[in-house]
Amino acid sequence: MSSTMETSPDQARVWHLDEEPHHEEGHSTPLGFWMYLMSDCLIFAILFATYAVLGDRYGGGPDQKALFDLWLIALNTAMLLLSSITYGFAMLHMDRGNQQGLRKWLLITAAFGAAFLVIELYEFYHLIHAGYGPSRSAFLSSFFALVGTHGLHVTFGIVWLFVLLAQIKKHGLTNSNKRRVETLSMFWHFLDVIWIGVFTIVYLMGTI
Amino acid sequence: MATEAIHEPTFLLGKLGWHSIPLYDPVILGTFIGVVVLGTLLVGALTYYKLWSYLWTEWFTSVDHKKIGIMYMVLGLVMFLRGFADAIMMRLQQVLAFNGSEGYLNAHHYDQVFTAHGVIMIFFVAMPFVTGLMNYAVPLQIGARDVSFPFLNNFSFWMTASGAGLTMISLFVGEYAKTGWLAFPPLSELSSSPDVGVDYYIWGLQIAGVGTTLSGINLLATIIKMRAPGMTLMRMPIFTWTSLCTNVLIVASFPVLTATLALLTLDRYMGANFFTNEVGGNPMLYINLIWIWGHPEVYILILPLFGVFSEVVATFSAKRLFGYSSMVYATICITILSYLVWLHHFFTMGSGATVNSFFGIATMIISIPTGAKLFNWLFTMYRGRIRYELPMMWAVAFMLTFAIGGMTGVMLAVPPADFILHNSLFLVAHFHNVIIGGVVFGVFAGINYWFPKAFGFKLDRFWGLISFWCWVIGFWVAFTPLYIVGLMGVTRRMRVFDDPSLHIWFIIAGFGALFIAAGIFALLMQIFVSIKNRKALAVDGDPWDARTLEWATSSPPPDYNFAFTPVVYAVDAWSDMKANGYTAPTSGFKPIHMPRSSGAGVILSGIALVLGFALVWHIWWLAVVSFVGLIAAAIRHTFDYDRDYHIPVETVIRTETGRLAPSGVSTQG
Repeated sequence: MSSTMETSPDQARVWHLDEEPHHEEGHSTPLGFWMYLMSDCLIFAILFATYAVLGDRYGGGPDQKALFDLWLIALNTAMLLLSSITYGFAMLHMDRGNQQGLRKWLLITAAFGAAFLVIELYEFYHLIHAGYGPSRSAFLSSFFALVGTHGLHVTFGIVWLFVLLAQIKKHGLTNSNKRRVETLSMFWHFLDVIWIGVFTIVYLMGTI
Repeated sequence: MATEAIHEPTFLLGKLGWHSIPLYDPVILGTFIGVVVLGTLLVGALTYYKLWSYLWTEWFTSVDHKKIGIMYMVLGLVMFLRGFADAIMMRLQQVLAFNGSEGYLNAHHYDQVFTAHGVIMIFFVAMPFVTGLMNYAVPLQIGARDVSFPFLNNFSFWMTASGAGLTMISLFVGEYAKTGWLAFPPLSELSSSPDVGVDYYIWGLQIAGVGTTLSGINLLATIIKMRAPGMTLMRMPIFTWTSLCTNVLIVASFPVLTATLALLTLDRYMGANFFTNEVGGNPMLYINLIWIWGHPEVYILILPLFGVFSEVVATFSAKRLFGYSSMVYATICITILSYLVWLHHFFTMGSGATVNSFFGIATMIISIPTGAKLFNWLFTMYRGRIRYELPMMWAVAFMLTFAIGGMTGVMLAVPPADFILHNSLFLVAHFHNVIIGGVVFGVFAGINYWFPKAFGFKLDRFWGLISFWCWVIGFWVAFTPLYIVGLMGVTRRMRVFDDPSLHIWFIIAGFGALFIAAGIFALLMQIFVSIKNRKALAVDGDPWDARTLEWATSSPPPDYNFAFTPVVYAVDAWSDMKANGYTAPTSGFKPIHMPRSSGAGVILSGIALVLGFALVWHIWWLAVVSFVGLIAAAIRHTFDYDRDYHIPVETVIRTETGRLAPSGVSTQG
């Protein structure tokens, strides 16, 4: 609002806007959601910092090299990166007003996201089954906290995605639904960026 | 008491059982009976006068930032009484526990009392007060109709209230943490604190923390996006500026608290080893992390009150604030510096001379922008026409008190001195000096200043004066002895004392607490008497001849704040309008677009409270049910697309012609 009108003390004074200021519905949502993402980013920053401090405290247990299967993680990373691309395709279809295409690509995105989660759960199951759960060492505590928090976010992203699909089906591509698709898109890409950090710092730097 | 050893958890109730109710403690039992009786009377009165539906439709579900602000203030005041009860219990214990006496509180209870006092005063008194003032005043000051996300605002309030509720439940069901207000490990780990106290602490703060973070995002977006046309950043009122910086701090620090407590939760619930002394865990990591949140937190508390004092001093000196820009830059400096000093809370960690020097110097540097602010206020008063109304008296008392607190703070910032003074009553005296002298006095200044705006009548001066003098004298009588014995080396959180020569100081401090109790009584009387005499105390829109936009509308403001969005040409917009022949519009009204009330905030927060309780007591089935319920209710809320309505133009005309004209302006024919 304020940027749309410059007033200087010398000009003739108009004390009021005659018309209602045009605050479009949801005008602050992108900004507000960005701020939420940054606050979420800080949660991850703390988890990364914790991993940086505790990541070499093995407590007599195994280290990264002994535990991580880099090929599995590479596959996992590919799933998440592909899901970001497919979300981009969904956005393109939305911009063209193609609801069918939007829903199709959102579903494909969810499928990639689910594949990512399944692989992650497999990895966790495998580790815990072998006796390397979060209580084994401070390193494993910080590993499970960081990767698990990211996985929880992806889970919520998928739930959100299906809720949104239902809403699009019910109300069509209204402005508020478009805004929601855009907001989820920010969330989804944000998780991708975080994962790149996880992949680099936890997996690559730990095993290479 | 370590009851868990005897009582096996059950499926239905988890660790909860009859043994969880502390019937063995006469102090708690008496309090419990009192609360039940008073609570029943309150509920009965509300039912008898058929006020429930009024409260529900007009207040609980309201998304009006003004009503939410007032609800925050009420929450803060109620919790203040609880927090102060804890304080006076500690004072009494320390008066009695001399000459071989154990006092009247056992260690189990006393440790909970000082923990609860700290947690409640910071999270459920100071934070709601500060958030309440910001919620009420900021949208009015920037000429907006409401905040950016009105529903979120209601939800944030109820989450804060839920966190407070869970903390209060711990008084009668189970127990509270016995760890001190920041729950340092390894004491707060399962090995040392196997009871539910720390769990109450964790979940109470996590639930309230969601509210605080969302409210911070909301107010930030509001200040950035919703300012009236012409209100550039450097034309914002100082209170709005300090609120902006405060909310930056909230958004950039509360996630740290959330993450840190989540890690402690993993330690306690999943057997993780972040902060234990086992297999690589590191308790000092927790202490670093919690203070990375904790130090910005104290600036979250004080900055908005710096804003209040700036408004109050300028208004009651009848002058523009001296050094507006330097005030803004000082605030921004403090905002940034507050992130660079966390280690001064534990110089004794052993990080070495270089690190300690850095943090010591960074801490001392904060006193420079703070000093600049103090001089700005003094120069504003210089040659001003000072009116000693109640808000101005609180402002002056603040300047005198806070300056001393600031100086003892600089003393503590010197690492070698801190090695002697840390963990002593000197430290306790210091932070009470700045929190009471700064935050509490500021909140009282703010309440006395904006009360007429919120309700249309002033607060009674007689009882206000009594409250003022009791508080100011009481504060110094209560805390000077703590400075003195702290310098002698008495540590904080002591329950009994061996040295009879110290007794006199604790007796004096106890009298100080009684003075403060009288001040609180006078405050309640002030509110009561003012409501009784509201006809005689009634005011128009601008009772203080103030300078900022909130005074351009009537008192209390209509739901929509301003019938037309104001256009701003200068700092102190309302002052500028009065000086340049502004007249309030009398025609041309339009329907006004407003957000709709919603009960979803109450419902979601209510479920969050149940979830917190289930997690505290390990009632897993209830935790699962309430978690699923919480998600389902949140999703259901997102299917509600009908979130706004228009106030019809007839209503606007009726409101605008019916309300009092702002003073100094001849209008409304």
